[in-house]
Amino acid sequence: MPEATPHRAHVWDVLFGRLTLDSLPFLKPDLEGRIVLATLVVVLLLGVAILGLVTKKRLWGYLWREWFTSVDHKKLGIMYMILGTVMLLRGFSDAIMMRAQQAYAFGPHMGYLPPEHYDQIFTAHGAIMIFFVAMAYIVGLMNYVMPLQIGARDVAFPFLNNLSFWFTFWGAILFMVSLFVGDFSTAGWLGYPPVSELQQGPGVDYYIWGLQLSGVGTLLTGVNFVTTILKMRAPGMSMMKMPVFSWTTLCTSGLIIATFPVLTATLFLLSLDRYLGTHFFTTGFGGNVMMYINLIWVWGHPEVYILILPIFGVYSEIVPTFSGKPLFGYSSMVYATAAIMILSYLVWLHHFFTMGSGADVNSFFSLTTMMISIPTGVKIFNWLFTMYRGRVRFTVPMLWTMGFLFTFTIGGMTGVMLSVAPADFLLHNSLFLIAHFHNVIIGGVVFGVFAAVNYWFPKAFGFRLDEFWGKASFWCWLVGFWVAFTPLYIMGLMGVTRRLSHFDNPALQPYFIVAAFGALLIALGILAFIIQIGVSIMRRKAYAVGGDPWNARTLEWSTSSPPPAYNYAFVPNVHERDAWTDMKKHGFRRPLEGFHPIHMPKNTAAGAVIGALSFICCFALVWYIWWLAVASFVGVVAASITHTFNYRRDFHIGADEVRTFEHTGNWQPEAQGANA
Amino acid sequence: MTVKRLRGLLLLPLALLLGGCHLVLLDPPGDVARQQSDIMIVTTIIIALIIVPVMIAIGVVAWRYRASNKQATYDPDWDHSPQLELVVWAAPLLIIIAVGAISWIGTHQLDPYRPLDRVAPGQPVAAGVKPLEVDVVSLRWKWLFFYPQYGIATVNQLAAPVDVPIRFRLTSDEMMDSFFVPALVGQVYTMPGMQTVLHAVINKPGTYPGFSANYSGVGFTDMRFKFEGMNRQDFDRWIAKARDAGTGLDLKVYDRLRQPERDVPVQYFARFEPGLYTRILERCVDPGETCMSATMSDAHAGDAMPGMQGHGMHAATGALADDRTPVPAQAAPAH
Repeated sequence: MPEATPHRAHVWDVLFGRLTLDSLPFLKPDLEGRIVLATLVVVLLLGVAILGLVTKKRLWGYLWREWFTSVDHKKLGIMYMILGTVMLLRGFSDAIMMRAQQAYAFGPHMGYLPPEHYDQIFTAHGAIMIFFVAMAYIVGLMNYVMPLQIGARDVAFPFLNNLSFWFTFWGAILFMVSLFVGDFSTAGWLGYPPVSELQQGPGVDYYIWGLQLSGVGTLLTGVNFVTTILKMRAPGMSMMKMPVFSWTTLCTSGLIIATFPVLTATLFLLSLDRYLGTHFFTTGFGGNVMMYINLIWVWGHPEVYILILPIFGVYSEIVPTFSGKPLFGYSSMVYATAAIMILSYLVWLHHFFTMGSGADVNSFFSLTTMMISIPTGVKIFNWLFTMYRGRVRFTVPMLWTMGFLFTFTIGGMTGVMLSVAPADFLLHNSLFLIAHFHNVIIGGVVFGVFAAVNYWFPKAFGFRLDEFWGKASFWCWLVGFWVAFTPLYIMGLMGVTRRLSHFDNPALQPYFIVAAFGALLIALGILAFIIQIGVSIMRRKAYAVGGDPWNARTLEWSTSSPPPAYNYAFVPNVHERDAWTDMKKHGFRRPLEGFHPIHMPKNTAAGAVIGALSFICCFALVWYIWWLAVASFVGVVAASITHTFNYRRDFHIGADEVRTFEHTGNWQPEAQGANA
Repeated sequence: MTVKRLRGLLLLPLALLLGGCHLVLLDPPGDVARQQSDIMIVTTIIIALIIVPVMIAIGVVAWRYRASNKQATYDPDWDHSPQLELVVWAAPLLIIIAVGAISWIGTHQLDPYRPLDRVAPGQPVAAGVKPLEVDVVSLRWKWLFFYPQYGIATVNQLAAPVDVPIRFRLTSDEMMDSFFVPALVGQVYTMPGMQTVLHAVINKPGTYPGFSANYSGVGFTDMRFKFEGMNRQDFDRWIAKARDAGTGLDLKVYDRLRQPERDVPVQYFARFEPGLYTRILERCVDPGETCMSATMSDAHAGDAMPGMQGHGMHAATGALADDRTPVPAQAAPAH
């Protein structure tokens, strides 16, 4: 693979590896080239506009000092949320293209996308939505909320947190670059061999290195969060007094630590097969395709619980707040979360009941899968009983939660249907399956992210989000989801399988047209969300809130909105589960004198530098530019070692500065209960 | 209530909604698919027993305890109740015990490796009836079917007489595909160097779509075939027609067949190279390649893959794949 043919072995090959002008799809005169060219022009125009604005407003220094090099968990959390939103737009454009193709490509019409292109789109859609939208969102939420909730001033390893972000960011950039330079994997979002081994060109290598980068970032995040939760809780906050969101963060981080190394190792073996011609996953020479499929799902199934557990935590914060009651069955909730964490390791084979394992193996995994629905059902009941005898306020976060309760329950039901092995032989890989996992990921994770954004936005920025556009976004998403995916459920029962790029049976076309219409409704939902953010920023004066706009119950609402860099001038003492409710009940008065200097970690450029060098290394590996790969890898190692000699990694916020903020910050304790 | 009546209840609203579109998975004409479908329907109804009341309760509770309803009781400190929590854990547990039992039994009874003991409800396989044997190879991107009992082979067309058990043995040349005829029986993967087995029966004559249900590259969408359920005379005529087609499937023709190709028409072969299926399975089609079973027996000095014959390892390597080796049937009486 690495060696060039003799007559081409000139300077270009050494300098640029296999990267040539032919690798640029937007130079090709066909339809695909035109589409990529148009996208490139739009992206360039947008990019130039944004960069120009930043330059004109002289924001580069500010962004670099205050954001890119920041180790503040709150700023990193916000950057993750922005990354997730940008990638949502990318992943969703892929979805729209797929819906358009399937709605149009019937009979003699082959659609506007040839299979080579269509296959890249569904691969990119899945991989981006999971790794760079859902993961970015939940890591962002955990980053922002968890340290505040447990009364900490930052995470245990602030620099590592910054590094994690940059790894994730550059992984996403690598995916985006594949759009304009070279191509992308056609092997599906999990990169199953043999397709992923047989595909020539850089596509699969983009996929591998993009995931390796972001995977390492996520693993470091998991280590960071577990340490933070175990070691940095406020005095008095025993494990069983910890808010449920922090509990779910702990369980998710545990899952991350246990499973992401499996992903890294599996992709590493795949890259050995591709780069060095080993045979881990090829038939012959002792390799086996099914080994990859087992390994990738050993990571892949816990991954969906990595996504949903923190979101269960989100709902467990929102429902009590807006019901004006503590969470019903806190201990049940904690044990249910832990049970889901353990069980999620024991179910991976249900993704391939049809592999031909015997009945005993299939029965075992069928039962473990069903068992997960028990703790999940307990959670649904607990939220129900939390509302029972409460005073339920239907704010935007609560609307999303109600939408989740109805949508996710149906998703749970179709999930149990799929877990019954004999039924799965019929439903496996069908559009029914597609509808099911979108039902739980959109109805669960995405709704939860929007609930969380609406809930914690006022905390992060000091003003609330616009209600009208929030509700518009919610209804578009909810209706859009059902319009888009009900036809897929029905077609699944007609035996229509996934990933088809065109169809013969004209009777199916109306269903795909309806589904495409549903996707358009969801597009309106995303648009309404963006408008909601824009409108709220413009009306931020009118929408300004104090520290506790929702009359909420956990610690993060006891500090100002937005919180100061140090989160808490005095680390709170916790006595009860809903610590802030308890403090309010006992007439807590914020101390206004007697401040001490606060010891804080210092910003560092190391994360941004190491991240960028790693990106260059991965890009070079994708294109076989060996000198650059070696040089940038040496750079990564050198930068890391240099960073260990950086002894100026902390500083103190002076007592005066703390006092100034504590007297001027956005607290407005009188705003408490304003919405009650 | 019988499954039939439940099916009717379930199908009625759907039929109205769909205006005659056929939901084959809810009403398949093959007996095995039908039993799988029955299990799907019964478990759905059992789960609905808990899901529907819960959804109603969520709506009722949320509405009744809305903030503006000052009549409703407000109990701001009520956060646990041991009795309720017992119910909360027990209710889903009971449902899952019921569904789990059905899944356990169904998984064993409808294990694809298990020979059929009936061809239709109340109609056991008659003594002396030998199942139709079909050896399936998925190629890029087409299906090759061997009929060892008739000495013919076809591409992208599969036929079987109604009410006769069919035994498929399946493998793949290169990609991982999934053999699926929704009307006939649930799918099973085809994998290179490995063999899976599937037992099925079709109960109604007709032409049914079959395809690969696992993505395998650019030609995947066109990797379709027709499955024909025929009465005995038609089937015999079909066999005769294939024989009359005249050409033979030798190694050279196979080598051409295994090249990646999209949208391939139906082809018939009057005869085929003996043992070709096994050689494909054992990955020794090309002259000079060592068959996997030979490699295995060298490596293990005759110790034929310990453990490979046990439960749960049916995707057997070539070592088990000799044409005359009976497929290990389990949890089932031999036929």
